[in-house]
Amino acid sequence: MKSGATRTMCGVCVGILTLATVGAQPKPDPRVGLKPGLHDAGEAAWNLERLANLAKPEGFFDPKAPAGNPAPPEPDPKAPPDPTKPDPDAPPPFDPVASNKLGFTNSDLAFSGNHAFVGNYHGFNTYDVERPTRPKLLASVVCPGGQGDVSVRGNLLFMSVEQTRGRLDCGTEGVPMPVSAERFRGIRIFDISNLAKPKQLAAIQTCRGSHTHTLVVDPKDPASLYVYGSGTSSVRSAEELAGCSGMKPDEDPNTALFSIDVIKVPLASPDKAAIVNRPRIFADAKSGSLNALWGGGDHGPGTQKTSVTNQCHDITVFPEIGLAAGACSGNGILLDIHDPVHPVRLDDVSDKNFAYWHSATFNNDGTKVIFTDEWGGGGRPRCRAIDPPNWGADAIFDIIDGKKLQFAGYYKMPAVQTEQENCVAHNGSLIPVPGRDIMVQAWYQGGVSAFDFTDAARPVEIAFFDRGPIDGKQLITGGYWSAYWFNGHIYGSEIARGLDVFRLKPSEHLSQNEIDAAMLVRSEETNTQFQTKIVWPASAPVALAYVDQLARAKAIQPERARAVKSAFEKADGVRSGDRKAAAAAGDQLDALARQIENDAASAAGRDAMRLKSLAATLKGRAAKLGG
Amino acid sequence: MQPGAPGEASRVISAAAASDLSHVEYTGADIKFMQGMIGHHAQALEMVQLLKTRTANDDMKKLALRIELSQDDEIRMMQGWLQVRGQPAPDRNAMHMHGATLMPGMLTPDEMKQLEEAKGAEFDRLFLEGMIKHHGGALTMVKDLLETPGAAQESDVFAFVSDVESDQRMEIDRMGALLAMIKEHR
Repeated sequence: MKSGATRTMCGVCVGILTLATVGAQPKPDPRVGLKPGLHDAGEAAWNLERLANLAKPEGFFDPKAPAGNPAPPEPDPKAPPDPTKPDPDAPPPFDPVASNKLGFTNSDLAFSGNHAFVGNYHGFNTYDVERPTRPKLLASVVCPGGQGDVSVRGNLLFMSVEQTRGRLDCGTEGVPMPVSAERFRGIRIFDISNLAKPKQLAAIQTCRGSHTHTLVVDPKDPASLYVYGSGTSSVRSAEELAGCSGMKPDEDPNTALFSIDVIKVPLASPDKAAIVNRPRIFADAKSGSLNALWGGGDHGPGTQKTSVTNQCHDITVFPEIGLAAGACSGNGILLDIHDPVHPVRLDDVSDKNFAYWHSATFNNDGTKVIFTDEWGGGGRPRCRAIDPPNWGADAIFDIIDGKKLQFAGYYKMPAVQTEQENCVAHNGSLIPVPGRDIMVQAWYQGGVSAFDFTDAARPVEIAFFDRGPIDGKQLITGGYWSAYWFNGHIYGSEIARGLDVFRLKPSEHLSQNEIDAAMLVRSEETNTQFQTKIVWPASAPVALAYVDQLARAKAIQPERARAVKSAFEKADGVRSGDRKAAAAAGDQLDALARQIENDAASAAGRDAMRLKSLAATLKGRAAKLGG
Repeated sequence: MQPGAPGEASRVISAAAASDLSHVEYTGADIKFMQGMIGHHAQALEMVQLLKTRTANDDMKKLALRIELSQDDEIRMMQGWLQVRGQPAPDRNAMHMHGATLMPGMLTPDEMKQLEEAKGAEFDRLFLEGMIKHHGGALTMVKDLLETPGAAQESDVFAFVSDVESDQRMEIDRMGALLAMIKEHR
């Protein structure tokens, strides 16, 4: 048995699991009992406002849907209509099943400049989101193969392909032959310098295809970009792609199972991209056995059945801290990626409530990581009243000394969903509020949920959005695949309903200053599984966000809070060239910073950290005045 | 917009051409696979029913519950898949009705009778050996399907066979370990 090699965390936490008391949450929960519908479902929102919804474009749904119906033909005036007889010329009744075939599933999101790229099993769509309230479709790119996970870097767009219908030439006709040179499963690279007309530059074939992928950089090799490809599907035959084997490690040490693909992309000639390693990240360092992690199965009576660790589903990298978190089917693992071609496993954890380790998100300090459990694979309803609150949930781990994982708590979107709504933890990203750890996350038809995990043992929901089921009688796969923050807004990729854009609304859980501070964070590119250190400018909203947090914890005197506000007002009011006023404002900020540093010295824990961050923000602002 | 192969030019295509999945629709082989797999799974459920009154081993009971839950869920999924496509969806008891041909790995009526008559450790051994063979048959069915021209091109079918493959493989490994344990204790 392999359970000895794997730490099972959280032996006693089931009993102490409490979804922290959230007195301010609306009761009864408005997400329960929403009206079904594809484009007219009931909606419930709390501290989130939906600004826009753009349905999927033509070519990405079945045209039998009503949106695409032609006008009905003119009736023959001579023949009175027979009301008992169905009109043979009438458009076929709307069929949500046909219009939402899995083959047209919207999937993951990436962002660059003013553009959002929405992956789809059928290709990808590019939107102009310069005005987030009015996203505009720029281009629809048809290139089937699923899942269509996308990443973007400069003029390059990367896309995962796993299905056997995928074709090298992006054709929609599939590949009928079991062995074919036309089939493509792996990672495509597009040149998107002309956004309206992307061109396929390269297509790197892999044995298991690519279910997801993650961009990686090597600080010592700026001329190259790396890609971690994660395949989760069947291994193709060696007749189709030389060297591919799906045998067990003891039958074939070169098996394509129990590894990930590392692809090197020379930025000067991306068409020469190729696999450079298939690291054995589940191996036992001593025995050399390739399959040293979770062997599959349950963890004892009443526990979840956890999948076998022979693949990663998704890997999130944080190159600035040299770490990656792998959500690898049966385990969560922590990798050292200082040398990205040769990742080294630092730690691995298991959890008796997890069915399938699916994705990972670090907090900005790199001291915590959230793993999600995609119990039921995403297509099943797993948020019903009978489903345990720590199954199909997020597990939050502390990272000890940058190398060990230690369980801290669970979070699951708390609203009960129906049997007709596929629902489980899925993809999310950080909301860049200074001084707190906040994540926004997609829960398929469970909607979008934002929660604070600053206290990892007691995560608290702070905002949500949800629609009723697509259909009231049967489960039609739909809901949010991803919900990510990008430059001030939250974007949701809805499998069946298109692209949604949200804004945060201030509440007792999140102040306007905290939202304003998050809005100040701008990035040129966002690939959520490639995390970068968020830095906040030394500015009034950032300082006032800390003040609000300290006030919430009753850790700052009102007069001190007022002094911060007036010091920033004074600094922001200095006219350019007025050196005397600038010096006075700078002195005031510096003096206040020293007082607050003293406050910090006599405070503890998070209060002390926020006071220090506040003092540093004041000093930073003063320095800007001086320069 | 539709790109070409790597290095080739991209071209503009119509929305109708873009959404044309007619070449990657389900095929007769996919339908037969789903229909056959319902009967195949149904036999696993039948074996689990036998187990309930014939074993004293807790590990066996736990294993059986797992098999029951996953096979039941998958049967419902397959029936839904067939119904939505207007295809006959066999009932889970259909295999009794017209002595349907046995799918790969399924136990023969004689083997089922033997299992029915066994008890205790002997039952456990027969059950595990039978279920390993049975699950192995499901893997054969998946392999055969993937080797059939035109099959498993539809996204739903592809996703389903990927799941069946990984799930059954894992259960085979678990049952192999359990079987080795049982044989040791004898």
